[in-house]
Amino acid sequence: MKNERKRTFLLITVPILALFVCFNTIPLIRGVIYSFTNFKGFGTYDWVGLRNYMDLFTDGRVGKSYWFTFKLAIVTTIVVNVISLLLALGLNSKIRAKSFFRGAYFLPNILGSLVVGYIFNYFFTYILPAVADMIGIEALRSSILSNPSAAWIGVMIVCSWQAIAMNTIIYISGLQTVPEDVYEAGSLDGATGWKQFRHLTFPLIIPFFSINMVLCVKNFLMVFDQIMALTKGGPAQSTESISYLIYNNGMSGGQFGFQSANAVMFFLLIVIVSVAQMKFSSSKEEQL
Amino acid sequence: MIKKGNWVVMVLLILGLSTIAFPLYMTIVIAFKQPAEMTNSIGGILSLPKSWSFANFKEAMEVTDFWRSLGNSMLITVVTVILSILLHSLMGYAVGRNKAKSKFYSFVYLFIVSGMFVPFAILMMPLAKQTAELGLANWFGVIVLYVVFYMPMNIMLYSGYLVNIPVALEEAARVDGASTWRTYWKIIFPMMKPMHATVAIITALAVWNDVMTPLVIMAGSGKNTLPLAQLNFQSQFGTNYNLAFASYLLSLIPILIFYVICQKQILNGVASGAVK
Repeated sequence: MKNERKRTFLLITVPILALFVCFNTIPLIRGVIYSFTNFKGFGTYDWVGLRNYMDLFTDGRVGKSYWFTFKLAIVTTIVVNVISLLLALGLNSKIRAKSFFRGAYFLPNILGSLVVGYIFNYFFTYILPAVADMIGIEALRSSILSNPSAAWIGVMIVCSWQAIAMNTIIYISGLQTVPEDVYEAGSLDGATGWKQFRHLTFPLIIPFFSINMVLCVKNFLMVFDQIMALTKGGPAQSTESISYLIYNNGMSGGQFGFQSANAVMFFLLIVIVSVAQMKFSSSKEEQL
Repeated sequence: MIKKGNWVVMVLLILGLSTIAFPLYMTIVIAFKQPAEMTNSIGGILSLPKSWSFANFKEAMEVTDFWRSLGNSMLITVVTVILSILLHSLMGYAVGRNKAKSKFYSFVYLFIVSGMFVPFAILMMPLAKQTAELGLANWFGVIVLYVVFYMPMNIMLYSGYLVNIPVALEEAARVDGASTWRTYWKIIFPMMKPMHATVAIITALAVWNDVMTPLVIMAGSGKNTLPLAQLNFQSQFGTNYNLAFASYLLSLIPILIFYVICQKQILNGVASGAVK
């Protein structure tokens, strides 16, 4: 009887694990192997040792894409979390038509980010300059997407528009875990408004704050669809995200080997950032 | 009950809603207009169309081969969701029931869950090669990849949920002579229903809107998913933004209908999926 149970579990696990290894682990290993070659994506190739990795540090385009991606991820994470937290507090307060508001504010999240990107592309290219023209804001008269120093702000706005919806829902589930009597007890001690938020509410929803931080940073570091729809990496490669660069130059630009090295470095960075975030947030939670 | 301060919150929430309503309003009016109505002024772009004609939609359907793309998207999403529920719940069960006492299963669990950190960017080039070698550079290959990509998240969800289901139930079934396989499908699988809903919603939303996997894997197959069709036909719209917006709106409508019908389940599913 016991053996039957063991055998069944093994018969389930082995094929599914094999599938996972075949389409996740093996391609990962192949990617690492390609990163030591000068493979163009077709034809023959030679081993080049660590040269691709050395070149990563001197390649201006790669450096620029890391700078852009991290700048975008950090700024967007801050913007998204501040707005979502405020929105969640509003949506969790005693208001009318609560479920309508929650439903409406979540809407952006279900829409495909490519099409959302196209819609905002039009907004930034035609609507915003026309409005700026009307009310006379000189700086916005031309599309921000064609300005190399401002295009990233457009990407940031579109990423935020969709991510705020998700983060707000997570913060609302956090706020719902805070029992009402905590506020009552707090208000007796004079904790209201900002004081109440700072000392009562926020410490209690720190786990949800950590989830949002990890989710945000990971998603924004991997940004791709929005870039594809808004800027295609331009102008002057100012909004080329790491994923976009790997896709563009690796898949069709003849840099299969070199971009594999880039992808390996990107992978390691994501692991380091995620592990650091989780270590940091678990140490915060223990202090409570 | 309703205090004065809450009216301020209400007003702010309504104002905030305009940031969501405006892009949608813009999409709808532009989609219904004719190019001649689009004067350069802001009023010309944003005013209501003179007549609500569906001509743009008809043309957009032809240009982007809408029905076929919709069919492909639905096929890929439905099959992925069904396979995910069947395979990931089984795997979550096998791993979840054993990882506490078996080194092998706890290793398998960690091994698969750590797959969450692997960005698609590193897999994409080797996978494009591998799926081509295996003859999987098509919609079926895309489904196989989705089943693998969402495995880490879903196994975490399922094995986490399993903690709530007492092992005693299975032991009772075993005493009655039921096999583990039978016990799973008769007792455990139905009991995990709330988690099936969460997994189905999260997986379906992610698959439906995904661009990168179909772009990399089935670009050469001549078939499109809805997002892929938008990407591939973007250049054909040229400067006819009315046609382009009709096409954008068309591609958003299926998910909007789905959202209106299952809004509550979606909100719950997404929240519980993320929090666990």
